[in-house]
Amino acid sequence: MQVQLRDPKVVMKLSKLGSFHQSKLSFLRSFLKEFKDWKYKRDLFELDENGYGRAVYSLTKNNRTYSLVCFANQINDEERSDRVIATKWDTAFALHDGIPTKKDLDRLNEDVPKQEIGRLSYKELTLSRANKSIRIFNHVVESLSQGIQPNKDKLMEVGYLYRTTAVYGSGKFGLADRFRIKNRDEICGPFRLEMMLVYLVREFTFDQVNHIAKQKNPRKAVELDKDICRNLGIGNSTGLGMAPFIINHPTLLNNWILARETSLKKIREIENVKDHEAELFKKLLKKSLKNITSWNTDSEFQKKKIFGLLKDMEKLINFINKGFNFKDKYSFNKLYLWCEINLKDECIEYIVSLMMEPYDKIINPLIKQMSVDEAKYFNIPTQKNIENLRHILEKNYSEIIKIDFSKKENNQNFWFISKNKEEPRLADRYMNRGAELEQPLAIARDIKILYERISNKKNSLSIGRFLMENNDLRHVVRRAFISENFPYAEIQDNIIGYKLMPIDMLRLKLSFFGAVKFDPRSEKWLRICMFQGAPLLTDLKSFDDGWIYNSLN
Amino acid sequence: MISLSEIDTTVKRATKAVGFSWGIAEEVGKGISLLEMFGLPGLKNLNQYYKIYKDKKFQNISLISKSNISKISYCPITSGINFLDQIFTLKEFSEIDFENLAFPILFIPFLSRSSEIIGKKIFFKVDEREFLLNFNQSIFSNYLKEQIVIEKANKIKIIFLENENTFNENDWKELYSLSKETFVDESEELKKTAAGAGFTDND
Repeated sequence: MQVQLRDPKVVMKLSKLGSFHQSKLSFLRSFLKEFKDWKYKRDLFELDENGYGRAVYSLTKNNRTYSLVCFANQINDEERSDRVIATKWDTAFALHDGIPTKKDLDRLNEDVPKQEIGRLSYKELTLSRANKSIRIFNHVVESLSQGIQPNKDKLMEVGYLYRTTAVYGSGKFGLADRFRIKNRDEICGPFRLEMMLVYLVREFTFDQVNHIAKQKNPRKAVELDKDICRNLGIGNSTGLGMAPFIINHPTLLNNWILARETSLKKIREIENVKDHEAELFKKLLKKSLKNITSWNTDSEFQKKKIFGLLKDMEKLINFINKGFNFKDKYSFNKLYLWCEINLKDECIEYIVSLMMEPYDKIINPLIKQMSVDEAKYFNIPTQKNIENLRHILEKNYSEIIKIDFSKKENNQNFWFISKNKEEPRLADRYMNRGAELEQPLAIARDIKILYERISNKKNSLSIGRFLMENNDLRHVVRRAFISENFPYAEIQDNIIGYKLMPIDMLRLKLSFFGAVKFDPRSEKWLRICMFQGAPLLTDLKSFDDGWIYNSLN
Repeated sequence: MISLSEIDTTVKRATKAVGFSWGIAEEVGKGISLLEMFGLPGLKNLNQYYKIYKDKKFQNISLISKSNISKISYCPITSGINFLDQIFTLKEFSEIDFENLAFPILFIPFLSRSSEIIGKKIFFKVDEREFLLNFNQSIFSNYLKEQIVIEKANKIKIIFLENENTFNENDWKELYSLSKETFVDESEELKKTAAGAGFTDND
């Protein structure tokens, strides 16, 4: 039986993309699998009694070493901010390519704590900073120094000791360009070095609390229990800065979504689901209930989604218990079709992720296809003609070209780069200044203009000749031709419209990272947790790939 | 050191800031990072060009012909964009001439990408300076050591080079003969069995 890939016009709606969950394809999970047989070492640990100083952690295999260089600094409580406008952080990190020399460490000591205003070199791969969750950090240190383990319930309210507020890579602030490292097999998946940094930071946070507790009370102090460590991740505060990424990298976005859609298609095409595969699915489905009930947020928007998810999960479990037979032919397809009719997006997408769990043989080859050499698809095929372009627009943007942009509400917002922080921002076109410096992210509007502009052009007119007079639309002509070969490259929504929920864009990207516990703090930023439940560095050689469903259980 | 990614982003924004469209700005961002990767002073030339761009007039060419002459210097960016966009018709000319092109180094990335698109090397002559553009994989030049800004070129020549070998038949024969020394001289038995296929294919 052949199952069709899901329609991009359905999948690429922001409300759908904003319902995605982590899966076996997620970057932090594929990172762990790739690096499970790398040798871990703590090369340097020079912290004072208050936990300030520097440390180096490395992962090595054959002749390749990646080193996380950590700097822990004293800051005042009033200086601690997760916003991008902050200038000081509790800790700052850089992932160094190789083993840093003393000279490298001194250089990094000067620049890494400065973050955006510091300069890195081609020898550094990623850069980040993190702030303590003060109430959790202090509670853990206090408890350990008294010889007792911290209160688990208290820990689980937050889920981490530190949260990062930005992770930079790919040439930012002088970091190595992607082309320098793109041929390394171990980092062929997207954002693998960013994942490595966050994972090693997590290890540092445990070592730091153990160290401070020990310094505080050398006789009585105990180390943080390993199981508690496993159930702590690294938090992250994410704002709008991340949103334009998914617009600016259409081929990459396509490859992420295509991998997900292809895995779903292949799973639905399985004729006979084996008993152990069905059992694993059912086991993780039940475990998920605990994970979902421990998902805390103050956001009404998210609370509603979590409530709906729980209700739908119960509905699904009930449906399965009432005689759904995994021994029937194409049972995952039947189950999926039932979900589509009976459940909402939040739960449908959760189940799509869950269906992947028994199928390494389907997922693993797809992980390797989630990167892309974007430069290959940059050229506009100017030998093609208006007929080709019109066909693409009518086929791939049929919903977009129906949007009425003469209505104010459909032009409500504009995206701009803040002069202050050189970061993307969103503002109301009719209330705020700056729309004349709008970023080229209003793809739906510009595609509509393009469609109208070509309406009176001859079919035989070449794109090269069309562009002579219409280079103001060059950016969307390029995108249209990209979408011809990359069906999931384009978000099928108007991201300047009044209905826009920017956190849907953030969640899409973060779900591919492998983040959990999405906690929107407004429609423009959210907190998440990464690596909660993940194996520790010492467990890496043998760990259960379903660890993410074990967290908090 | 400034990374290529930073160059791409900043050039793109600067190009928009001087008045080009976002689509063209994307092309220039890619182009300048390409020049810098190949060791040519793209950023320096662009910076000088943008300093005078708003005050001085430049000729915007649309349709490129075999011979392009203007009293006002041609803009290297619109010339480059149009060259790239029209490459499938321009390749029919074996040679193309420009007179009076401003900041010709900025024209190079468009030629380099054109070379890759049509699968032909392009020879680019800027007055006395020469460049060989190899399918967007590399650029050879007698200009590499100068690293200077060239504000204007009086005479530009672009030649599409035919795909020809750089060696003669004898060179090939000699080398081929040497390569045969790695082959095994088959016995009669091996001739019959080593390939694995049947003797007749009349099925």
